[in-house]
Amino acid sequence: MTEEIIQVRNVSKFFKNVKAVDDLSFSVQKGDVYGFLGQNGAGKSTMIRMLLTLVKPTNGSIKIFGNELSAYRIDILKRVGAIIEKPDVYKYLSAYQNLALFAKLSGINPTRSLLMDELKRVGLTGREHDKVKTFSQGMKQRLGIAIALVHEPDIIILDEPTNGLDPQGIADMRNLILHLRHERKKTVLVSSHLLTEIEQVATRILIIDKGKKLVEGEAATLFDPAKTIIAIKTEDNEDTLLKMRESQWGQYVQPGYENSLKLKMHKKLLPSLHQWLVENGVEIISIIPRHSLEDLFLQVTSGKNYVETI
Amino acid sequence: MWKLFNIEVYKIFRRPRTYIAFAAITALIVIIQLGLYVDGDSYVDFLMSGLKDSFDFQGKILNGYLVCYILLQLLLVHVPLLIALVSADMISGEANMGTLRLLITKPVSKTSFMLGKFLAASFYTLLLLIWIAFLALAVSTWLFGTGDLIIQKNAYVVQMSQDDVFWRYAGAFAFAFLAMLAVTALGFFLSVFSENSIGPIVATISIIIFFTIMSTMSIPLFQHIQPYLFTSHMVNWKEFFDEKLDASDNVIKGSIQNVEQLYNSAIVLGVYIVVFVSGAIIIFKRKDILS
Amino acid sequence: MKLLFPFLVFIFSLNTVQAQDAATLVSKLKEKLQKVHDYEATGILKTDVAFIKSPAGKIIVYYKNPDKFTLKRQGGISILPKGGMNVNMASMMSFDYLAIDAGEAIVNGVNTRVIKLLPNDEKSELILSTLYIDPVNMLLQKAITTTRSNGTYEMLMSYGKYAAYGLPDKVVFSFNTKDYKIPKGVTLEFNDANKADMEKMKNKKGKVEISYSSYIINKGVPDSIFK
Repeated sequence: MTEEIIQVRNVSKFFKNVKAVDDLSFSVQKGDVYGFLGQNGAGKSTMIRMLLTLVKPTNGSIKIFGNELSAYRIDILKRVGAIIEKPDVYKYLSAYQNLALFAKLSGINPTRSLLMDELKRVGLTGREHDKVKTFSQGMKQRLGIAIALVHEPDIIILDEPTNGLDPQGIADMRNLILHLRHERKKTVLVSSHLLTEIEQVATRILIIDKGKKLVEGEAATLFDPAKTIIAIKTEDNEDTLLKMRESQWGQYVQPGYENSLKLKMHKKLLPSLHQWLVENGVEIISIIPRHSLEDLFLQVTSGKNYVETI
Repeated sequence: MWKLFNIEVYKIFRRPRTYIAFAAITALIVIIQLGLYVDGDSYVDFLMSGLKDSFDFQGKILNGYLVCYILLQLLLVHVPLLIALVSADMISGEANMGTLRLLITKPVSKTSFMLGKFLAASFYTLLLLIWIAFLALAVSTWLFGTGDLIIQKNAYVVQMSQDDVFWRYAGAFAFAFLAMLAVTALGFFLSVFSENSIGPIVATISIIIFFTIMSTMSIPLFQHIQPYLFTSHMVNWKEFFDEKLDASDNVIKGSIQNVEQLYNSAIVLGVYIVVFVSGAIIIFKRKDILS
Repeated sequence: MKLLFPFLVFIFSLNTVQAQDAATLVSKLKEKLQKVHDYEATGILKTDVAFIKSPAGKIIVYYKNPDKFTLKRQGGISILPKGGMNVNMASMMSFDYLAIDAGEAIVNGVNTRVIKLLPNDEKSELILSTLYIDPVNMLLQKAITTTRSNGTYEMLMSYGKYAAYGLPDKVVFSFNTKDYKIPKGVTLEFNDANKADMEKMKNKKGKVEISYSSYIINKGVPDSIFK
């Protein structure tokens, strides 16, 4: 079993009377690109800020590298790099000066060549000594990436890293995440609204809404058409379930349902299933296949259908 | 923490705003020195107008030591406002720039972070005072020469021999540093509560003005609390410029009239500094960084 | 009536004799003092006024016949009563006056003759000068002088090794002081002065003491010193 590098257990956060995060539990495994999704105000940023010790949890436990975050904060943060929303740096300093400053704060003694290499790696060659106030948003983002990576952290946390970026910037960010995972063997936790981007890079997904977990699972499981989850709601779910178990559809039935029956099958079988249900007198209220992350996201966050963890 | 201190000092002195205070003070001092150089005798006549009916003064009343004293009287009322520009910006400025959230994700303890920032702000205050000392004392004595220092208090006149003055200035500047450190600490404390700098800067200045007014007014209600206001103690650098008399009413050279007052004021200011800085650290450690 | 006229003549002649004595005494003192044409004296000056704290300081005093007198503090500031310190003993007797015997008094344990000098010039700055002269040693022990502009001041002398020249070792100069007033806004002090302390300092006399350590007598003093 792959090592769980981040463990969040029953974490809640109250801001006065508002529950921003509600009894949330999840884990990130070593080498994951962990996609963290939710609507605006779902609690993603609050959760990420708790992982980075910017915000204190009201309840619960957070462990990173097997150690309690509250007790081993400094040791843990030495191995973590982060970009929180748009990276703000000191506009009156140059890119080089900013990178040097943050590198020292990260606990390393950077040489000039190390800093120049990092800036080159993020495509800021030739602009090292320009004041950041002259930079575009994309260039600031790249500087932020350099700052997050300069001390070779084991975990990189990216909170809405594509905000304000043009399509090229977004593509660059995607490629960076893939590079971090495959080439540099980093664990990445990324929150974003750009579901198509997450879909392309994430190995595991967590979707939250109103601070609560809605879905957590392997991306492959969630998106593989052969493993499409069909959620069926009928007038009499129990009767429908009995009928299915006696039919060829019984092999696809997933255990444990609440409001909906769940089948895991190839999505091309959906028309046949539909036909069978009609022929067998099942009064269908809804059949919802999860075609893509966006569909899944919208389904679970906009409606009354809460899909359990797989 | 020293790494943090160095980084913070670096940031302070790379910022153009920092130099506003130095420029403002230089301009103020130079203008006053120029005015006194051109027309100082008239000013001295005005200062001595209450005494010149009865006394003749022979010797150089307008000398560098008197000019320095005049400058300190004026400046040390206004310097707190310039200090607030930096100290009240220490945390709120980071929040405003958006850099605070990045800083706190770095592997530094929040206590060290805060102490490093406060020490850097204190270093700025120290440099400001050294600059004032250089301009007000060194340049004034170069321009106007030295001599005995005659100053007027509310109840009497004090004359100090010129060889008995310099150490008093050293003490006065050291005390003034402590007083300005209290202002630094106040601005630093208020800076924790805001995500923009204007609020804490204005609040710091307002508190100083308000407390100064309370320190000055002879209303019985205020007089009860005056001993506890730091603004009442900030001006006590002046106690270095008063002498004791012996039983025969001879001036005791090298003495200070109210040493106890100086110690008390230093302690009060020290307590304020500790309270403000500790309070800032405690609150910051508990605070959620949402900027 | 017959006896009145001789009686009056007797009284007048007595006065005349005594007036001659007073004038003679003053002349003799003047004569002695005029043997000193000039001097340069070093000493310590101490200003003792209720509302002034002033350290004692070294001074040099220059005098040149008949009435040039200046006091210079070495490297510091001297606070002297207005108009008074320029008075010296010789100048007290260098105007036209009427000398009147005013009896005797003991000053510094010495018997002295009290002589009042009234200036003949009605417009004179000096209104009255009272001299306490030791007739035996021909020394001026004390002088009280009233001037138009600068009020009344008193000089008390003590003599030592320069008594032969009539030059004192110590002069204590006492004068009335106006109450201490300072223009508003000068001190920028928060606390008002303690009223009780202020009251204590009112209506007190001020004193300036000069203790002379040495005199250089009749060696010449250039006029430029007095400018």
